Amino acid sequence: MSKKTLIVIGNGMVGHHFLEQFATSPAAKEYEVVVFGEEKQLAYDRVHLSEYFSGSTHADLAMGTADWYADNHITLKLGEPVLAIDRDRKTVTTPASDYPYDELVLATGSYPFVPPIEGNDNERCFVYRTLDDLDAIRASANDARTGVVVGGGLLGLEAANALKSLGLEAHVVEFAPRLMPVQLDTDGGAVLRGKIEELGVRVHTEKATTAIVDGETARLRMNFSDGEFLETDLIVFSAGIRPQDTLARESGLEVGERGGIVVNNQCTTSDPHIHAIGECALWNQRIFGLVAPGYTMARTLSAVLNGDRDAAFTGADMSTKLKLLGVDVGSIGDAHGQTAGARNIRYNDEQAGHYRRMVVSSDGKKLLGAILVGDNSYYDTLLQYALNGIDLPENAESLILPESQGGAPALGADALPDTASICSCHNVTKGDICGAIDAGCSDLGGIKVETKASTGCGGCAALLKNVVDSELEKRGVEVSKDICEHFPYSRQELFHLVKVNGIRTFRTLISQYGKGHGCDICKPTVGSILATCWNEHILATDHVPLQDTNDTFMANMQKNGTYSIVPRIPGGEITPEKLIVLGQVAKEYDLYTKITGGQRVDLFGATLSQLPEIWEKLIAAGFETGHAYGKSLRTVKSCVGSTWCRYGVQDSVGMAIFLENRYKGLRAPHKVKMAVSGCTRECAEAQSKDIGVIATENGWNLYVCGNGGMRPRHADLFATDLSDEELIRTIDRVLMFYVRTADRLQRTSVWMENLEGGLDYLKEVVLEDSLGIGAELEEHMEGIVGTYQCEWKAAVEDPEKRKRFREFVNAPEKADPVQQWTTERDQRRPALESA
Amino acid sequence: MKARTRWDAVCTVEDLVPESGIAVWTENGPVAVFYLPHRLPALFAISHTDPFSGANVLARGITGDLKGEPIVASPLYKQHFSLRTGVCLEDDTVSVKTYPVLLDGNRIRLEVQATQQQPQAA
Ligand code: SRM
Ligand SMILES: Cc1cc2nc3c(=O)[nH]c(=O)nc-3n(C[C@H](O)[C@H](O)[C@H](O)COP(=O)(O)OP(=O)(O)OC[C@H]3O[C@@H](n4cnc5c(N)ncnc54)[C@H](O)[C@@H]3O)c2cc1C
Ligand code: SF4
Ligand code: FES
Repeated sequence: MSKKTLIVIGNGMVGHHFLEQFATSPAAKEYEVVVFGEEKQLAYDRVHLSEYFSGSTHADLAMGTADWYADNHITLKLGEPVLAIDRDRKTVTTPASDYPYDELVLATGSYPFVPPIEGNDNERCFVYRTLDDLDAIRASANDARTGVVVGGGLLGLEAANALKSLGLEAHVVEFAPRLMPVQLDTDGGAVLRGKIEELGVRVHTEKATTAIVDGETARLRMNFSDGEFLETDLIVFSAGIRPQDTLARESGLEVGERGGIVVNNQCTTSDPHIHAIGECALWNQRIFGLVAPGYTMARTLSAVLNGDRDAAFTGADMSTKLKLLGVDVGSIGDAHGQTAGARNIRYNDEQAGHYRRMVVSSDGKKLLGAILVGDNSYYDTLLQYALNGIDLPENAESLILPESQGGAPALGADALPDTASICSCHNVTKGDICGAIDAGCSDLGGIKVETKASTGCGGCAALLKNVVDSELEKRGVEVSKDICEHFPYSRQELFHLVKVNGIRTFRTLISQYGKGHGCDICKPTVGSILATCWNEHILATDHVPLQDTNDTFMANMQKNGTYSIVPRIPGGEITPEKLIVLGQVAKEYDLYTKITGGQRVDLFGATLSQLPEIWEKLIAAGFETGHAYGKSLRTVKSCVGSTWCRYGVQDSVGMAIFLENRYKGLRAPHKVKMAVSGCTRECAEAQSKDIGVIATENGWNLYVCGNGGMRPRHADLFATDLSDEELIRTIDRVLMFYVRTADRLQRTSVWMENLEGGLDYLKEVVLEDSLGIGAELEEHMEGIVGTYQCEWKAAVEDPEKRKRFREFVNAPEKADPVQQWTTERDQRRPALESA
Repeated sequence: MKARTRWDAVCTVEDLVPESGIAVWTENGPVAVFYLPHRLPALFAISHTDPFSGANVLARGITGDLKGEPIVASPLYKQHFSLRTGVCLEDDTVSVKTYPVLLDGNRIRLEVQATQQQPQAA
């Protein structure tokens, strides 16, 4: 029997999800599957599209691989749009050929609506939907200063954020009187507007654009119906989406009055052999502009094609939780209170920019919907009440009151029924998770693989972790946080033991709280903890054997056993005299010399025994150690700032030098990098640092937990317009909290991602002092700043410490025979080819 | 001719660093001597040359024990070597030479293989 052919039009999120379901189902054997995609790229995660601007590539966002398609015998034709459907002949036509089908699936998604405004076809007008769109925006932003987004909905605000991240002055123009008119009410919209304007995005509501013409001070001018205008260099339209139903319309399938391919509960169109899923489908007069309902349709259709008579799509929850420009927004169920008799409970703190509204049933028993602005920590609990019809407590208002005013604690994972939906993207219930655990999954990673929970939009991650932790705990499974075989404790726990018991040596700690003699995992960890707590010299006899070689010899070991030397050059500012000394020393010892990526100079190729002599010379010239070897502050990069630069608004060099001098020497779980830029042009790349500071007209904006390196992460905006004192105090607290609570070798980025409650929690601890430890953190930092000593200075002055720097203790004159050299580009480098 | 061995004094107790290593030069090349005062025996000597990188660095690694076995971790690529047998814990086809070592009064002596040119001392 020859196989039937199933054709899928559209390789987007829903089309791909459908194939994942279908390929592993029994019916897959009966079909030859062919997929046509208009975009050149394999299906990718459109929900996280904006991450393309923060460094993600198509490969990062891709949902499958070409190999997966091949392995499942699916023919993938990308960059080949379907132009027409011939329902009589049962064929589809592409620019290349005609292809016959037995069953046809339309997963064509939607397209951005561009309002019919004169001039909307200008080459500097864009939409925000595909990778190609983003490439075009990025290219155009290169020589632009300002950008306008038309449309203040969910996507519009995301696009505005993207423009901001591209360094543009961003504006949002909205026709309605408030932002996010679909999800929010008047008060919620007002609070959101306040927050977003605080972040420097200009919001213009009740503006209807009538024409786009050439501008005078910028490339374009937008004329509004009220006679006002706005000039900008580029425009992004985000005024809503329209279902991509052209093929269906032209082939005579039933479509809705305002667009959308009409489907029944089985996701089948008016032609029994043609089906539609995702954003192109119109079900019960509704279009679903979110990914989760599309996934549900995909699962339904796969079941239908497998002959499941009960399979039906019965609508979907449209609740959303987002972070827009760092502002939490949540909308649950009947957010506008349209149910008859619905009552409202509101909480509005204009000062803090927090707004919450609960819509409850007329008898006050059930939660019908909710709106949140400013703080989404209430979302998970409210959503569970609404979705599962859990009876509201007596004093329902406690669910949205801050804890300090008698708010109820979050609904524990325990209180949820087994049917509670935990991950709506992949339709995973609490029962599914318990099932996976009972089948042998014993950690979060395994459960994600098994159930797919939290692998969609990621919005359910915190809830999933709660459920998994509580279920594992119930089953008596303990997750090992031990750092190694010698200590049954996590780094954080060791920190407490050391601090609380005043322990000052590794031996005391291991004999009281561990076993054996230690190893290269626990020794440096404890070494770092001891250094943070007591700040003694790292070469004090007790501490020497704890350090990695780089710390022991206070230099970075290179592949041939020699070392590099990196003196501190705070903020990258250096006098000609000091620069000359660096040159002289390098010349004398024939050291390979290179400018580092951290705005300082690295001298390579010193032998162990040369290190103290070289440092003696550098110290005499006023240099200090740069801690290039330590898990400690590296550099504070700076731009030239207001003293020279025509755009600078603050003295970024001065602040960088101050910060570098303040935090130098602080021992941390991993290295710490900082940068200070003098204006939003961000020449110092502060948003890629653990601590990033960007000058504003009114002070400093602080960014935290950025990372370059292996897995880059943009820093999060933490606080705005801080004075010098506020800035220092905030950094003191963030750093000290990190030092105390992070795991070993955990950069701030990973620490933050693992911190329960994330950025919001960190803000509460640091900015609102929710744990009441603010003063203690500052005091601890003051203590460390006050006891700073240059380790190299102390080492060269102490003959006992200098003894450590002998290559061979019995043959001071002996040169290491392995260190062979050759010359390249006029400098010496190791000839050793191994490694 | 059968090679003869000798116990050479390579350094004194004062040169040692507790819980860590130092390097000495011997006729057999560079040797790392470790002093772990909280174990018995407390002295170990292995080749100073890291077989994975060819660099003379093993004395500068972190010492400790794994499952009871005394070890040093190479400071370059972090493999662990048994201080007793010289065998690499991550790859038992690789090992470094070990040397018998003893404390003689205040002096540390290593048993090294005499090279032929050397006068054969008793
Ligand atoms: C010298 C330098 C490269 C250069 O020639 O420019 C360098 C050299 C090394 N880097 Fe780096 N990194 C240097 C700037 C950077 C930067 C750029 C920056 O700081 O602006 C980054 C990315 C930014 C970041 O860290 O977020 C960087 C990300 C790394 C990483 C990956 C960290 C991560 O979180 O993924 C490592 C590996 C690690 O730390 O585990 C690393 C590790 C190293 C080590 C220490 C590797 C090692 O163990 O031997 C290199 C030794 C340097 C030496 O011998 O002195 N280096 N390294 C730069 C020194 C800057 C300085 O003055 O202190
Ligand atoms: C920036 C952004 C942020 C978003 N954020 C969220 C969010 O936080 N949460 C959420 O739930 N949803 C979000 N969405 C919406 C979500 O991305 C969509 O709901 C989802 O992508 C819909 O999937 P789909 O497969 O129906 O459509 P799409 O993913 O658009 O896929 C349709 C594909 O079909 C192709 N196609 C169309 N016509 C043809 C043809 N004739 N021949 C061949 N191929 C064709 C298209 O090129 C496209 O690749 C966001 C969307 C964007 C753009
Ligand atoms: S960041 Fe701004 S102030 Fe600093 S150098 Fe660049 S343009 Fe000038
Ligand atoms: S809800 Fe989107 S991944 Fe779980």
